[in-house]
Amino acid sequence: MSHTLAHNEVSFLEYQGKHKGIWGWLLTLDHKRIGIMYLVAILLFFFVAMTLGILMRLEMLTPGETIMKPQTYNSIFTLHGVIMVFLFIIPAIPAVFGNFILPIQIGAKDVIFPRLNLFSWYLYIIGGILAIISLFTGGGAADTGWTFYVPYSIRSAQNVSMATFAAFVLGFSSILTGINFIATIHRLRAPGMTWFRLPLFIWGLYATSWIQVLATPIIGITLALIILERMLGIGVFDPALGGDPLLYQHLFWIYSHPAVYIMILPAMGVVSEILPTFARKDVFGYKQIAISSLGIALIGYLVWGHHMFASGMSNTSRVVFSLLTFLVAIPTGVKIFNWVATLYKGSIKFSAPLYYVLAFIFIFSVGGLTGLVLGALATDVHVTDTYFVVAHFHYVMFGGMGIMFFATCHYWFPKVFGKMYNEKLAVIACTVIIIGFNILYFPMFIMGYMGMPRRYYDYLPEFQGWHVLSTVGSWILVSGIMFMFGNLFYALFKGTKAATNPWGGTTLEWRVPSPPPLENFDEIPVVTGGPYVHDKPTYIMHPSRELQHQNGGGKISQEVKSH
Amino acid sequence: MSDHEIAAVQEHSGHVVHRDDEGSKMGMWLFLFTELLLFGGLFLLYGGYRFEYSEGFKAAAADMNVFIGMINTVILLTSSLAVALSIAALQENKKTLSMGLLWFTQVCGLAFLVNKYFEWSHEIHNGIYPGGPALENMSNGEVIYFGLYYTMTGLHGLHVIVGMIFIGFVMVFIQRDKITSTNYQKLENAGLYWHLVDIIWIFLFPLFYLLH
Repeated sequence: MSHTLAHNEVSFLEYQGKHKGIWGWLLTLDHKRIGIMYLVAILLFFFVAMTLGILMRLEMLTPGETIMKPQTYNSIFTLHGVIMVFLFIIPAIPAVFGNFILPIQIGAKDVIFPRLNLFSWYLYIIGGILAIISLFTGGGAADTGWTFYVPYSIRSAQNVSMATFAAFVLGFSSILTGINFIATIHRLRAPGMTWFRLPLFIWGLYATSWIQVLATPIIGITLALIILERMLGIGVFDPALGGDPLLYQHLFWIYSHPAVYIMILPAMGVVSEILPTFARKDVFGYKQIAISSLGIALIGYLVWGHHMFASGMSNTSRVVFSLLTFLVAIPTGVKIFNWVATLYKGSIKFSAPLYYVLAFIFIFSVGGLTGLVLGALATDVHVTDTYFVVAHFHYVMFGGMGIMFFATCHYWFPKVFGKMYNEKLAVIACTVIIIGFNILYFPMFIMGYMGMPRRYYDYLPEFQGWHVLSTVGSWILVSGIMFMFGNLFYALFKGTKAATNPWGGTTLEWRVPSPPPLENFDEIPVVTGGPYVHDKPTYIMHPSRELQHQNGGGKISQEVKSH
Repeated sequence: MSDHEIAAVQEHSGHVVHRDDEGSKMGMWLFLFTELLLFGGLFLLYGGYRFEYSEGFKAAAADMNVFIGMINTVILLTSSLAVALSIAALQENKKTLSMGLLWFTQVCGLAFLVNKYFEWSHEIHNGIYPGGPALENMSNGEVIYFGLYYTMTGLHGLHVIVGMIFIGFVMVFIQRDKITSTNYQKLENAGLYWHLVDIIWIFLFPLFYLLH
């Protein structure tokens, strides 16, 4: 016991274990340090992909050549997609904050397989490095788009093999993280932490992890087949040898559509954390929000065909996929309405994370509703492969997951680093981001509706006004993002010290010091109530001491069962 | 609740490593799901193409050597039995018997691979491989059949090798008494993995050898 306490006197940031300095990080098994290592790597890739995005927008400022050749443009939009999707959006919230917060929120000292956790991080880094090497080797950066559609991905002279292999390795990393989280949530919940006392972030991660485990292997094998096809010509996707490119699209989207929910479910989980904290009341419809996460995961598994309405499917399957797509709106709507109802009659404290959440609800609703335009067969044919699609998925991906990643960075910043950021600057940055975001992406809906095709290097002069507006938006957005990270980065060094619970949060991570000690808890806590109860304590942090004071032994089980 | 306390598995550097056999088994099963889905993608392709090119698939499958395929099936099934028995043996503290059965499993794995090698080299010798002279003159269905044949049996073969390495590590642990009659979850996990390799073959065998 004294052993544990000695470890727990300093925070995980200061703790010196067997390995010192940089090795204390690179060889760490601590879920919190691994989470921060993910954060560093993910931010690095985010800035690379963001720069590529800026360059793309700059190229679209004028028709014809502005700053780059068509081949470069093709490579840049491919890499922007590959890096954003596989290296940022998919891992950002689960790998960074899932790793950091999940064990603390369920009352555990770590994830169940810490070594596997570190191994996942290394796989992530290897995948990232492979993606970067693929830029400079072989025929140059892949130019197929992030979807790697055959037959072009088989014929392209660029370095497609290595880019797909990078995605394969990243998929493996994602699978292992998923396995780790599922087993952790099943096995390491503190006494009294029943399924319906789990914070909703955990429910989001739980649903996400199942999708990661059950969908990612399919893209693994699909990408491996592209590599085999390129190296050996096995024929399964090559129309010249009898292969069917449509089967590739099916396999690709069987993973990649559920992957959309891998991206968004953790973000929705964070929304459900931030709202009760800043509305100072219990979340409205806890069970409905929890179950709707699983509902989205389940239905999301069966809607992949809506990416292929225009590529050749029977009318029956088109109608079925369209219907199933509409069904996703139901659990999503359940969440949105419950969130809004949580705010109703709450004593709301406006704060940067809450601003982001409100922006999320607005932007994500726009993204979700335009998703129905794409899910409906007739309208989809009109806007397929136009900027409308680009706008839609940026509204849901960036507006959904990206904005919530920023919210998360603010919400848990005091917990992770033990420092407070400048609230006023954070709100200004948030405002600039939201304005820039809408100026950047909203014109794309209009252009797409007018017929501007996606991925085109050149365009007709009548689109230029919208393109210029959009490019200006990208500058505003990026300034906002730089300002936001600048504010956080400054706080990292100069911020005031954060209290244990600066926001008045009710979940377990707000009961341990900021930053948490190495083993999170001196003693595994006992949970006696739901996660968002504001008016009475629902955790017994030192059960051996506190419970003995009251009634002696036997009290724990009574206390735990009383709910 | 005591269950939860046992389950508190933490392995920070320098700390005592607690055990959670149930959690470890759960992790393995989840991993096996991912393996099934990895092959699932290929089975889906097989199904699609079998539907599209049933004639070509029949013609190509007629060329396969059912006898070698059957021998390999028997080998893998026997080896799976051996792994299962080795767990039972270790549980009863019969370390030598357990090790013997695992050695037998390794020999079976090797025999499977040797058979596979002869089978593949026979096909390749006859010019049946992606881009090979014989395959170029065949119908699309046959080309796809052999493309899938090499991919699926190749990926399966890779899993046989991984399984053998896995069992090899477990054998070292048993030898060093790291895996014992009271702490055998790693052996059980290796056994689970080996059964998966076996089960996938049980589907590959009829699909490529028996369905003419």
